[in-house]
Amino acid sequence: MEIFGINIAVLIASLMVASVPIMLAAIGELVVEKAGVLNLGVEGMMIMGAICGFITAVHTGSPMVGFLGGAAGAMALSLVFILLTQVFLANQVATGLALTLFGLGLSSLLGQGYNGIKPPRLGDVPFGPLENIPFFGRVLFTHDIMVYASIAIVAAVWAVLKYSRAGLILRAVGESHDAAHALGYKVVRIRILAILFGAAMAGLGGAYVSLVRVPQWTDGITAGAGWIALAIVVFASWKPWRVLIGAYLFGGITVLQLNLQAAGARIPVEYLSMSPYLITILVLVIMSSGRGRASLNAPAALGQNFHASR
Amino acid sequence: MKRRHLLASAALGLGLTIAGGAFAAGMDHVKACFVYVGPIGDGGWTFQHDQGRLAVEKEFGDKVETAYQENVPEGADAERVLTQMALSGCNIIFTTSFGYMDATNAVAAKFPDVKFEHATGFKRDSANVSTYNARFYEGRAVEGLLAGRMTKTNKIGYIGSFPIPEVVMGINSYYLNAKKVNPAVELSVVWAFTWFDPAKEADAAKALIDQGVDVIASHTDSTAVLAEAAKTEGKVIGFGQASDMAEYKDGPRISSIIDNWGPYYVKRVGALLDGSYEQADAWEGIAGGEVLIGDITDAVPAEVKAEAEGLRDAIAAGTYHPFTGPIKKQDGSDWLAEGQTAPDGDLLGMSFYVEGITGEIPK
Amino acid sequence: MLVLEKRPTPSKGWAWGTPFLAVALTMIAGGAMFALLGKDPVEAIRTIFWDPLFNAQFASYSRPQLLVKAAPLILIAIGLSLGFRAGIWNIGAEGQYIMGAVFGAAAGLALYPAETRWIFPLMIVAGAFGGFLWAMIPAILKTKFRTNEILVSLLLVYVAENILASMALGALRNPEGGGFPGSRNLSQWPAAANKELIAGTGLHWGVVAAVIAVIAAYVLLQRHILGFQIKLSGQAPRAARFAGVKPETLVVLCMGLSGALAGLAGVFEVAGPAGQISIDFNQGYGFTAIIVAFLGRLHPVGILLAGLLMALTYIGGELAQFMLGLPSAAIQAFQGMLLFFLLAVDVLSNYRIRLASFGREAR
Repeated sequence: MEIFGINIAVLIASLMVASVPIMLAAIGELVVEKAGVLNLGVEGMMIMGAICGFITAVHTGSPMVGFLGGAAGAMALSLVFILLTQVFLANQVATGLALTLFGLGLSSLLGQGYNGIKPPRLGDVPFGPLENIPFFGRVLFTHDIMVYASIAIVAAVWAVLKYSRAGLILRAVGESHDAAHALGYKVVRIRILAILFGAAMAGLGGAYVSLVRVPQWTDGITAGAGWIALAIVVFASWKPWRVLIGAYLFGGITVLQLNLQAAGARIPVEYLSMSPYLITILVLVIMSSGRGRASLNAPAALGQNFHASR
Repeated sequence: MKRRHLLASAALGLGLTIAGGAFAAGMDHVKACFVYVGPIGDGGWTFQHDQGRLAVEKEFGDKVETAYQENVPEGADAERVLTQMALSGCNIIFTTSFGYMDATNAVAAKFPDVKFEHATGFKRDSANVSTYNARFYEGRAVEGLLAGRMTKTNKIGYIGSFPIPEVVMGINSYYLNAKKVNPAVELSVVWAFTWFDPAKEADAAKALIDQGVDVIASHTDSTAVLAEAAKTEGKVIGFGQASDMAEYKDGPRISSIIDNWGPYYVKRVGALLDGSYEQADAWEGIAGGEVLIGDITDAVPAEVKAEAEGLRDAIAAGTYHPFTGPIKKQDGSDWLAEGQTAPDGDLLGMSFYVEGITGEIPK
Repeated sequence: MLVLEKRPTPSKGWAWGTPFLAVALTMIAGGAMFALLGKDPVEAIRTIFWDPLFNAQFASYSRPQLLVKAAPLILIAIGLSLGFRAGIWNIGAEGQYIMGAVFGAAAGLALYPAETRWIFPLMIVAGAFGGFLWAMIPAILKTKFRTNEILVSLLLVYVAENILASMALGALRNPEGGGFPGSRNLSQWPAAANKELIAGTGLHWGVVAAVIAVIAAYVLLQRHILGFQIKLSGQAPRAARFAGVKPETLVVLCMGLSGALAGLAGVFEVAGPAGQISIDFNQGYGFTAIIVAFLGRLHPVGILLAGLLMALTYIGGELAQFMLGLPSAAIQAFQGMLLFFLLAVDVLSNYRIRLASFGREAR
């Protein structure tokens, strides 16, 4: 199947890979925000994940261990955020921004000496004959494990939030920490766990950039992906499956415009590259105007610190 | 002091002639300072300038002291950094990005005793400002020849950063010289609209690969393009850009264009030491050693390698110019007549594709 | 077990004491980091905090530069602080700053090369209007559709960045710039330049505007009914409604004001220190200003001091990089640490730390 000389199956397969980092970071941030915490330090955690994952993979020779290292690195950085916002009750917006600044600096210091090294390669999952199914074989069965893992994580977050008691508590904490506290839930502990989960996901996303998408380390390698992840959470109106759609849309438009160029189509590149943001704003407006239901979907306690006054 | 002030303003008043006259006699010790736009760990543009700085240190030992500052944003911050460098006793300051042009000239006007060297710019408002650049299009010609010979699909690709003359020049040179050895060749250009975004650069490479392109040249800063090509396991090849990128030699990298600033930096600092320093507008290429063609690997057949090296040597010897007529513009109008070579002015302001390239330069 | 107990009113003593404590803690932690990197920690700290102010060689230049660097931060932060106090979260000041610069520069360049003294004032109005307009998008969406302003204002930053790039490459590109991206240099065009008002002081119109904004915000918050309404809406939204505050009006006012101030900062920057519209004209002032606003505890005088402190770490950081060869990444990490400590010790002014028995655990 071809449109404008672009093979659609190949395009979809490409955008699935391109979207993995932002999807992972966004699903993590979604959980954090559902718990009522706004962590704007996603970019900082992603790049920490990228360098820590890279270093771990290079030294162990295993990309999978590298991903664990990436998650661990980002979680370590998020401890600063946890200490400041959950213990010292500092403002979350300012702390998140500082976290990004610090993460960018620290990652570059850690990465000195790792330029020009190639990490061990993560192969595709072998599906054997399934790969040869027309169209769907190319789209669905030619990826590495993290592509499937990221989708599985989205599904798991959706299921947990929707059906499990833990999900209910998490949402309660994000809606009204005072009520949740009155019911006897440990608000701060739950939020800390949510922030750690968010950091682990951002770290995985960052490690995916440095280990798979662009298998190398260079300073600033995530180049703003964390900010896009933040936008996707909003686009998704805090719904897990819409994170997947949002990530494919954001990742997809970049891949699409590059493919259109490569195919020789005449397109105004700069307008196309701002379109995901405009679409997101439009989606936001439509959702929030629609009888106010979806606007309520934003966790009510988002960005507010909790202090038990007994 | 006074005299030199006078000299500088006189040169300014006369509309500035390049040979501003030799400055003072030699110096015993020179402090050379460098302003970088990226981190020295970028593996490309800034890394190569820093290699040049190290070459200066190696050449002159105790006679020089160097200092640098990385990640300096263009604009107001650059002006402050330059002023602080001048105040701290730098004798010569190399500003290594186009965007430093106005800041360099503004600060230079305030410090007539300090020499300023601005890379890739064209403004020399006072006598102590020189500009330098390298004829990267000469390297692109060699890449083009290799691309034309090596492609199996007859589709070659080029990843551009921004549609500026420097990049357009490279695209045209690459295409013309590929076409010369392989008339069936088609060129796809993708504009990334960024100098540095590894993920996007990789995506751009992937888009080209998906379109059947099997030789990719790039004009962005990271090694992401080669990293992406490496994933195809030999089906797609490419070139090192700015630095040799030798780590991809066993993979897709068949050659490279190396920005070799060392010889120029050594020459200029040396001139300051021995008193022969003069204002300059340098645009050296392969002949001057500023553009190096990196090792052509064994993935290239011996006769093609010999042909490419022959082209390189012909350019160095001045017997071949990558833009030699007859060449028409994309719209079919004449640009260069038979045997005519491109004037530098045309190249430096190049904003058109040559005939045969499809697609448009974004406006 | 330590627990926090909220103070009925923030402690005055700690409010003044904590910034010094934070700086002291940063010096210790930062010093340790510099020592790990193999640099003399005392020298590094001295270079960052002392040299820009008192070094005989630089200080006469760096001190005024503090004003230049701090002015946009303060101007933007003042506007943001009003909204933050009322619980209106404009975090897209970066976009409003960009649009201010684009509108201001476009208004000026449309009249190029006229020489009348009305051009600069016109640019200022256009710049403020540009920022205002960009802030009105989230404001109106918020009041009409209850769309979350944090997110819309943040998203509009990316849109503004794309507009900036297309302006630098297209509509506002300098026709005499040899095809390179970037507008004409406004600071070199007397009618449009935001000049240094008293030579050698760094004082330009943006600094004047920042000082006026600080005073006006102070008066507004202390004396004016609107200031009262802003504070009341932030502390007790329901009470505010009973007191006759219209939340919609307040959103439009606060967003509009912060947008206009960010736009002003943009136009002063583009006509002065930066000089031109370029692809990466914005250096993150809009985001740094959010940090400045919180460091200053949303108080006008606090913001003034916080802005100067941030500027000091930028300029001192530049000196440390260049004098001591510290990587720029170390300076970034150092600034991050300073912010962490400032935010962390803030707890002392709002809470009392008490020892509590285990049986009565608070959470």
